[in-house]
Amino acid sequence: MITFMNNSDSEEEPCNERTSLMSAESPPVPSYQDGPQASEAGEAQARRKRRAGSSRGPNNIAGGEHVDSRIPVRESALENEEEELTLKYGAKHVIMLFVPVTLCMIVVVATIKSVRFYTEKNGQLIYTPFSEDTPSVGQRLLYSVLNTIIMISVIIVMTVFLVLLYKYRCYKFIHGWLILSSLMLLFLFTYIYLGEVLKTYNVAMDYPTLFLVIWNFGAVGMICIHWKGPLQLQQAYLIMISALMALVFIKYLPEWSAWVILGAISIYDLMAVLCPKGPLRMLVETAQERNEPIFPALIYSSAMMWTVGMAKPDTAARGPSQQPWDAAEDEREHQREPPHADSQMSETRSPVPTRPVTSLEELEEEERGVKLGLGDFIFYSVLVGKAAATASGDWNTTLACFVAILIGLCLTLLLLAVFKKALPALPISITFGLIFYFSTDNLVRPFMDTLASHQLYI
Amino acid sequence: PAFGLFLFTIARDPLRIIILIAGAFFWLVSLLLSSLIWFIAVKASDPRDERLQKGLLIFGVMFSVLLQEAFRFLYYKLLRKAIEGLVALSEDGCSPISIQQMAYVAGVGFGLMSGAFSMINLLADALGPGTVGIHGDSQLYFLTSAFMTMVLIFLHTFWGILFFHGCEHQCWWEIMAVVVMHLTVSGLSFCNPLYVGSLVPSYLLMAAAAAWAYLLSGGSAQNLRRFLLCK
Repeated sequence: MITFMNNSDSEEEPCNERTSLMSAESPPVPSYQDGPQASEAGEAQARRKRRAGSSRGPNNIAGGEHVDSRIPVRESALENEEEELTLKYGAKHVIMLFVPVTLCMIVVVATIKSVRFYTEKNGQLIYTPFSEDTPSVGQRLLYSVLNTIIMISVIIVMTVFLVLLYKYRCYKFIHGWLILSSLMLLFLFTYIYLGEVLKTYNVAMDYPTLFLVIWNFGAVGMICIHWKGPLQLQQAYLIMISALMALVFIKYLPEWSAWVILGAISIYDLMAVLCPKGPLRMLVETAQERNEPIFPALIYSSAMMWTVGMAKPDTAARGPSQQPWDAAEDEREHQREPPHADSQMSETRSPVPTRPVTSLEELEEEERGVKLGLGDFIFYSVLVGKAAATASGDWNTTLACFVAILIGLCLTLLLLAVFKKALPALPISITFGLIFYFSTDNLVRPFMDTLASHQLYI
Repeated sequence: PAFGLFLFTIARDPLRIIILIAGAFFWLVSLLLSSLIWFIAVKASDPRDERLQKGLLIFGVMFSVLLQEAFRFLYYKLLRKAIEGLVALSEDGCSPISIQQMAYVAGVGFGLMSGAFSMINLLADALGPGTVGIHGDSQLYFLTSAFMTMVLIFLHTFWGILFFHGCEHQCWWEIMAVVVMHLTVSGLSFCNPLYVGSLVPSYLLMAAAAAWAYLLSGGSAQNLRRFLLCK
């Protein structure tokens, strides 16, 4: 572990310089999620604009504009160009985020629909001690609210703990925690998942083969996530562990508690990111002060740029046992280090100066990616999975929630482009999802059923 | 076929995908509101009266159609604003996507969502065991549902193009024609299970709408001939 640390530490320095410049490139890109990225992105963007301004200057002059009278115009034109490039690539980034979110949801829904295990109630997490098997509605509601309060406080405690650790530079502890948690996630949950899938399809598999498969899967996963690996493989692994975590949540959270928790989490997310005293914001600011990337992490990044300090504190990890919970939470807050990206970037940097300036910027912008916290993936999938599992209108409700979440994501990205600082990605999507779930289940379903039985079309 | 349309024409361009999803969302919201109205009406009325229920259902359907068209109009307004924004921000002064393309994509969005909602539970049930039409209903239930859904998806696409074109050029009669066509098709589906009554006219209407949309989009018989002969 020590050598690992040394590697990562030494890589962090060059990583910082280059990536901090890169991330300055466009505001919406990096921070998409909570806190940390926001202020970083803001500063980075300011740096970038200045740099871009200077680099674009000569081009504009060459374009034949008068220098003196056009300076303010050029500056505003530059800003407009920045914005427009941002928006133009904005659509691409939205799609870059749509695809993984959709994939994660598809995996979760497919599993829920086919494997019985995840819809059976076999117990609850210790974080939600109150059972919901009570006869009266009021009591059930009360218990679910209590469960939610406990869960949210656990999350808050974890987040604050992590921020404190980060503040006091206990990097090794955090790294260790993170590695342990991802280890557990990759091996244990995958084992359970594979076991259940094989049981459902009645496929026999012997232990040695299983061991080999899981060992390979887990080892490659650890390397990909925490160290270097091809981008797509890394993305695939992140999607898979988000799906696994979401499945665990769906299984172990009781019904009403799950919905109340989803609502409470989005409120918490909103507050933690936007309030000045929020833990996530503190995390970002600290990372920015030190000008370093935060953790090898769980932030999904859609392109190879990256890292610079964008922490994604999305709240919480919830998990069936304590260890993983902590770990999972860490995971959410950690950020991925793509050292391989650095080497790639150095290669692309060298031909760059010989090219004209505008193409330099374009190149950098193309490499930009968008980042979304894995916690967001998890909660979106929990919403859609719960809709698939418990709604009686089956696919209509699931589809409605899916569209609602995607639209929420779009809107959040749009807001990001407008505000240019990190925003919580949960509230809007989850609100839409919840509204659509409840309304589709209760209102649309009887309507569509009646229409279908008479074979009427609207 | 609709999914094929999606793959070939829309999946390439991210902006189109966003417009598609937004279109689907608008259709969904219109469905939500119309089912809300229907639900309230049903709850407020006597559940045992067959004729009243049927009447309410018809009312619900018509209202839903009107609401869908209203939402299409709202979506058109939103897209106009968006296109102005895109034009203002684009480098070379013209927007990356034209209003006709948007019309097409919006139509497909509406169509896909409506088709999905109509078909998907049916498909899920079709995977399971059972016999079609065991209680004396038509045995062709699945087939006709599939065809009807397909025709509806295509119709939504064409209606999208026609509607937007009408809004662009202030041709109110085009818009009225779209609304009337939609009402007609829904009304025809009341003839089910007399499938001849509903499917055949729907297909005819679809052919008419297709030709009209094609002409509006700048095609002509000559283009068609050239395309078919692969010149």
